[in-house]
Amino acid sequence: MSLIGARVLRKEDPNLITGRGQFVDDITLAGTVVMAFVTSTEPHSRILAIDASEALALPGVLAVWTASDLAGLSTLGLPGLGRPLLATDVVRFVGEPVAVVVAETKYLAADAAQLVIVDYESMPAAASITAALADGAPVLHSVLGGNTVFDQPFADDLESDFSAAPHTASLHLVNNRCAAVPIEPNACLADWGPSGLTLWATFQAPHHLRNTIASYFGIPQDTTRVITPDVGGGFGAKINFVPEYFLACALSRTLARPVKYTQTRSECQVLMYHGRAQEQDVDVAYDDEGKLLALRVRVTQDQGAYPDPTGMGLPVLTTAMAAGCYKIPKVAVSWRNVVTNTTPVAAYRGAGRPEASYVIERIIDLVADQSGLDPVEVRRRNFIPADEFPYATHSPLAVYDSGNFAGAQTELLTLFDYDALKVEQARRRATQDEKLIGIGFSSWLEIAAFGPPGSLEGFGHLGSWESVQIRVQPDGSAIIYTGASPHGQGTVTTFAQIAAGELGIPFDKISVRHGDTATVPQGIGTMGSRATAVGGEGVRTASVRVVERAKVIAAHILEADPADIVLDGDGFAVNGTPSHAVPWSEVAWKSFRPLEIPADSEPGSLDITVFQQVPNFSFPSGAYCCTVEIDRGTGEIEITGMYLVDDCGTVINPLLAEGQVHGGVAQGIAQALYEGISYDANGIPQNSTLMDYLIPAATELPSYTSGRANTPTPNNGLGAKGIGESGSVGTPPAVVNAVVDALSHLGVQHLDMPITPLSVWNVLEEAK
Amino acid sequence: MSTVSVSITVNGERRTHEVEPRVLLVHYLRDVLRLTGTHVGCDTSNCGACTVILDGAAAKSCTVLAVQARECEITTIEGLAAPGEPFSAVQQGFHQEHGLQCGYCTPGMIMACTALLAENPDPTEHEIRHALEGNLCRCTGYQMIVNSVRWAADHPDGIVPESSDAAPSAPAMQGAES
Repeated sequence: MSLIGARVLRKEDPNLITGRGQFVDDITLAGTVVMAFVTSTEPHSRILAIDASEALALPGVLAVWTASDLAGLSTLGLPGLGRPLLATDVVRFVGEPVAVVVAETKYLAADAAQLVIVDYESMPAAASITAALADGAPVLHSVLGGNTVFDQPFADDLESDFSAAPHTASLHLVNNRCAAVPIEPNACLADWGPSGLTLWATFQAPHHLRNTIASYFGIPQDTTRVITPDVGGGFGAKINFVPEYFLACALSRTLARPVKYTQTRSECQVLMYHGRAQEQDVDVAYDDEGKLLALRVRVTQDQGAYPDPTGMGLPVLTTAMAAGCYKIPKVAVSWRNVVTNTTPVAAYRGAGRPEASYVIERIIDLVADQSGLDPVEVRRRNFIPADEFPYATHSPLAVYDSGNFAGAQTELLTLFDYDALKVEQARRRATQDEKLIGIGFSSWLEIAAFGPPGSLEGFGHLGSWESVQIRVQPDGSAIIYTGASPHGQGTVTTFAQIAAGELGIPFDKISVRHGDTATVPQGIGTMGSRATAVGGEGVRTASVRVVERAKVIAAHILEADPADIVLDGDGFAVNGTPSHAVPWSEVAWKSFRPLEIPADSEPGSLDITVFQQVPNFSFPSGAYCCTVEIDRGTGEIEITGMYLVDDCGTVINPLLAEGQVHGGVAQGIAQALYEGISYDANGIPQNSTLMDYLIPAATELPSYTSGRANTPTPNNGLGAKGIGESGSVGTPPAVVNAVVDALSHLGVQHLDMPITPLSVWNVLEEAK
Repeated sequence: MSTVSVSITVNGERRTHEVEPRVLLVHYLRDVLRLTGTHVGCDTSNCGACTVILDGAAAKSCTVLAVQARECEITTIEGLAAPGEPFSAVQQGFHQEHGLQCGYCTPGMIMACTALLAENPDPTEHEIRHALEGNLCRCTGYQMIVNSVRWAADHPDGIVPESSDAAPSAPAMQGAES
């Protein structure tokens, strides 16, 4: 029986709700010692001297390493702009590790780190895009000559189209720098013994890490093992190669002890790579009917102090997706990457696509505002029609697979009474003190299911496939091993659901194992909304092949033709003769017994490995609406409704899909209203604890109302597009559009994120 | 560094250890007792991943020194359901209503919810949200956590009704809010 679409409860839960989960910091091997960083308090300084003598004198301290102890250990990241494991001569952001301490306990390690004295000579810092691009700006990497890493100019800036257009609209947008804040910060445990290296890490792509660690140290992959046990959230921030993994291994090799590193939250806020951090200049040309004629987007991406390969990819994705759901005759894009004295920037849930949806969904609201048209209507007039898929965009990366943007918008408008809300909005505006109402829409889409051949190789991955191995056990149960490496998505459950229907083996007799390079054949990992659309499809493919082989054995037992065998009940039967049947348990058992299978078969044949590929990206889409109320006295913003229509194609498990949407929406609301990493003019981060970085609690977030649209992707047999990042893509523009809408009668056309009560209050005061 | 003797009753068992006076209760639980279900997610007492029940009330074990918990009674996530016994109502609620994803905040969240229901067995959504203000979850967006607490309030014995058993056969309710 197919379980696709069933609200199945998670196999993952029992351990996690009883305290029996196993996260990296829960694991302690005999002899484990603890590593702690001495981090830079300076944004841009020369290191004159490091005095570790007091720390080394502390009983229980095993080592203090600085850059001078790292002979033979190369830099990470881009060639020529690589990041050293420990700052060499110069520190380039606050939080950059300058020394590492190893001690017998975490308390001792923290004590010792405090005793290391670093003597700095301050240099001018450039902690923002503006500062880094200013004349005479301090240069971070002399090899660049300036602070621009890469600049892709417009092929054609469409100036003639814009000058000929009846109307234009323009915005300068800041997509605020965010911290991923998985509740489990980074952690690793390295055990480098005579037989090889094992690294436990909280990471989204264990094989990727294994391959990189092995090549970094020049050791064979067969004796290098990476285990990602329970992972306490990733959100894209746990796919980056950060120094701690490499240092823990190197220290374990030298000290011949297991070395554990557990990041504090304060460290995490400045060490774990940030996301977003873009500035965007967008112009559109449009006609009297609000039809878009041309779009021009220039993206400037803050890369932080050391460009990361993933970070370099962010503006590529943003510009590829810049036209969103709309049919725009001419699109021009351009981008550049800039280094600054800040924490490096890389993937954070959505990674380039929330930035894209923000550009297009903000500017289309401005078109509506300027032309006096309803924002719903302007969107509708510009949607790519549902019968024009596949749809080739301006970008070779983005050939939209399927969608029905008008359909999703129609579904959205069934979830609440838009017309009544507009009437109430007008009534409130006419009063002196009643709360203002704002209604904000976004019709968004994103690029997911990374990916087709070549899409991940550019980021250093071995491939873009995902591995799935199904091993039927002698008792008729099955174990699925996969390179998808979940950290909350529920993959153990959804993969078992997919397999149960295809294999005819009960859900309760299917286990899914992941996160260990010693047991999973090979793998890529979980990011880019790919686990279900690529790995899940692999489960389907492998299951079909297992059943083909099982039918041969069943036919042998039933003395029938394999072509006449069908899955039936708890096993196999001859088509049309259900009484002529054999249970799965018997087929499985006999599959291992050479005398009970056909003479030309081999024992153990019900063991299939698939490296699943997909031909194209998929493009999940949807229509969201946010409604807000604004207190005229305090500027306080309350979200009164969050209406969500998602189209991720086929839903494997509606409960889990809903959970993914909620989580992404929460992070989207957070980016719009609460979160933002900022630096002062001197480069000092202002949000290095959760006291001053507001990740929302239950009191800051609303309830969500959901509908669903469904246009299955043709790229895989499941029809599933991916759902992990959708909420974070669709939400920020809906929220910002709602706040701007609430204030539009005062002439407000834009407010930058995070929109705080203070920024709203300032607007209200100015209007008085 | 000097140590002091500390006796604390943890999950019904009196435990006595020599600890440094500066050791936080959460590190005592995790590193000395090896009860690793209680997690650490921040260093400023914001996240609540370390929440335990201390003398009947929810407490963030990162804000308490082990010596301050001397002669106290503590329940951790490991002590909510005895070995072989079914899940507590709150644990079962989190399972039934998908109140967790990565599971890292979950032990603290479950302990905070347990303390809430002990004090207020029938909380409104508003009361639930405010009671959980000190517990951060980055995965769920909280609505399903609220649903989980309501499930536990509605099923105080933690028993799953026959009709909505965890068997994976319930029909899909696309996009439904439970």
